[in-house]
Amino acid sequence: MRRQRWYTPYLLVLPGVVWVFGFALWPFLNTVVLAFTDARPLRPVSFVGLANFQKLFDDERFVYAVTTSLVYVLVCVPLLTFLPLLLALLVHAKIPAIGFFRTTFYFPVIASAVVVAIVWEFLFSGSGTVNAGLKFFGLVDRPVEFLSDRWLLIGCAIGLTVWKGLGYYMVVYLAALGNLGRELHEAAAMDGAGRWRRFWSVTVPGVRGPMMLVSVLVCVAAMRIFTELYVLSNGSGGPGGRAMSMVMLIQSMGKGLNGQVGYASAISLVLFVMTLVPLAVVGVVNNQDLIREGAAERRMRRAARQVTRTEAAA
Amino acid sequence: MTLIRTRRSTTTPPTDPARPAALRRTDRPYRGGGSVDLMKPTLGGLVGKYGVLVVMLAVMVFPFLWQLATSLKGATENIYEFPPTLVPQAPTLDNYREVFRTIPVLDYAWHSLLVGVGTVASNLVFATLGGYALGALRFRGKGIVMAVFFSTLLLPGEVTLTSQYLTVKSLGLANTLWGVFLPGAVGAINVLLMAAACRMIPSDTLDAAIIDGANTWQRLRHIVWPNVRGMASVVALFAFIGAWDDFLWPLVVLSDPAKYTLTVGMQYLSSNFAANPRVIAAGTMVALIPIIVLFAVLQKQFFRGVEEGSVKG
Repeated sequence: MRRQRWYTPYLLVLPGVVWVFGFALWPFLNTVVLAFTDARPLRPVSFVGLANFQKLFDDERFVYAVTTSLVYVLVCVPLLTFLPLLLALLVHAKIPAIGFFRTTFYFPVIASAVVVAIVWEFLFSGSGTVNAGLKFFGLVDRPVEFLSDRWLLIGCAIGLTVWKGLGYYMVVYLAALGNLGRELHEAAAMDGAGRWRRFWSVTVPGVRGPMMLVSVLVCVAAMRIFTELYVLSNGSGGPGGRAMSMVMLIQSMGKGLNGQVGYASAISLVLFVMTLVPLAVVGVVNNQDLIREGAAERRMRRAARQVTRTEAAA
Repeated sequence: MTLIRTRRSTTTPPTDPARPAALRRTDRPYRGGGSVDLMKPTLGGLVGKYGVLVVMLAVMVFPFLWQLATSLKGATENIYEFPPTLVPQAPTLDNYREVFRTIPVLDYAWHSLLVGVGTVASNLVFATLGGYALGALRFRGKGIVMAVFFSTLLLPGEVTLTSQYLTVKSLGLANTLWGVFLPGAVGAINVLLMAAACRMIPSDTLDAAIIDGANTWQRLRHIVWPNVRGMASVVALFAFIGAWDDFLWPLVVLSDPAKYTLTVGMQYLSSNFAANPRVIAAGTMVALIPIIVLFAVLQKQFFRGVEEGSVKG
């Protein structure tokens, strides 16, 4: 049943393939090569081996950037794994006007990070609403400079990321909750399981797969963080650039005529390896059963062989 | 916590066999005394639920409403007072006039729109074509092509940022909108999503069309497209939002403030004209309102697409 010319499918996928090669694989290979050079704009390029990577360890900006990104990951992953699940449970019920709530909870997701970061900047600036509130309740005498302290700035950015991400991951969970039957809930309730117990023993195991997916997505997204920190610090990366994320460092290293393209590529490569870690962990965890089964099977086979051997000997 | 406690006290299993639970189910949004429909809250639970929902609503939309209020407040009104006011005493459009005078907001919006519409159009066309080939046709090397598409999903755009810029520059497109648009013109994820949608088309239908003598174009137009429209709308919406909201890539590509897109323009406005937050707020509203309206109009389509298990992640 093939009434098309043999080349039709190839023509159809050609644009996609060209784009993937031109704007994903080629730049990636280029990054790998550049990471071992001292490339700068308008200058001859020469290979420098691992010099860029050696430089990384002595570069305190890189250490700060990695620290920022890792703290971001450590705080964001638990928050954005559980809070959206609770939110999804909240909007999962079929009650009147729930569609309105779902839609508005999604607004922060579709708004540009720049726009909401500017709002955040107003809220948390020295004269901003949050400080006015703190003063109103008499908690502080002098305004807290949220945006010019390294950790407070990172905290504000994390708050922004969590607030903006809630709706996105809520939708991921919603799709999963739709597939979760009510029978288990009813059976558990019959056995006298309370609401809290059912959440931990029915809902959470039921959405285990999506939960893994969400925590990996959050993990990778947190490592790629850029806009929030950039806008909140006005592009400076906080005091002394110590609140820079890795992507901010890449961007600031690679830009302009003095850009250290080779060095920026080396940082990019480190970032890439870091984003692969959570994926690898999930791969191992998901295939744990397979691995264990494989091991068990091998043990069984060996035992069987031994049995036959002893029988043959006897 | 109160919500949980009130609910727990009423979730005891029914003990009265004379009243079968099935008969007690009603269309009320809450659960009555003897009902065991666990998916419905009790009346108290329902009220508590709406309470929590309203609190969350406040958390999620307060920043937007506050920003909107700020953009409408006059120069004499305190914007940072506490408790914050969401209704300006004397609403004025002066800030909007001011922001249009300070930076070319309309040009920026036009640039964002061009990039957004271009991204949607090219993604829809090429992802549908590629998705059809990968999802519904058989050809040699399909597995390799699929593997290539899947492998790019592991590659964050930030990693290739520097060399992506070198590529675009070598094409002579640095500091142009074409340079902003081009790398996102065909997304691997979109091709894969469309392939998943095309796989759902019953092969009998396609075979029947072939017997009727329909050529590839006619099959795409009359059979494939009507079947994958739901997924296409999700792809289109995400492509548009992605392009409209993108910041890092336009920031890297564009160096001339006259060519900025809205997001880069807003950052430029906020870091260079910080004197008047009301004006900046007006600028951010220009960037925010179109995308919110677009989403509000298309949200039914979107959530239906998501329920079909097609979330983009």
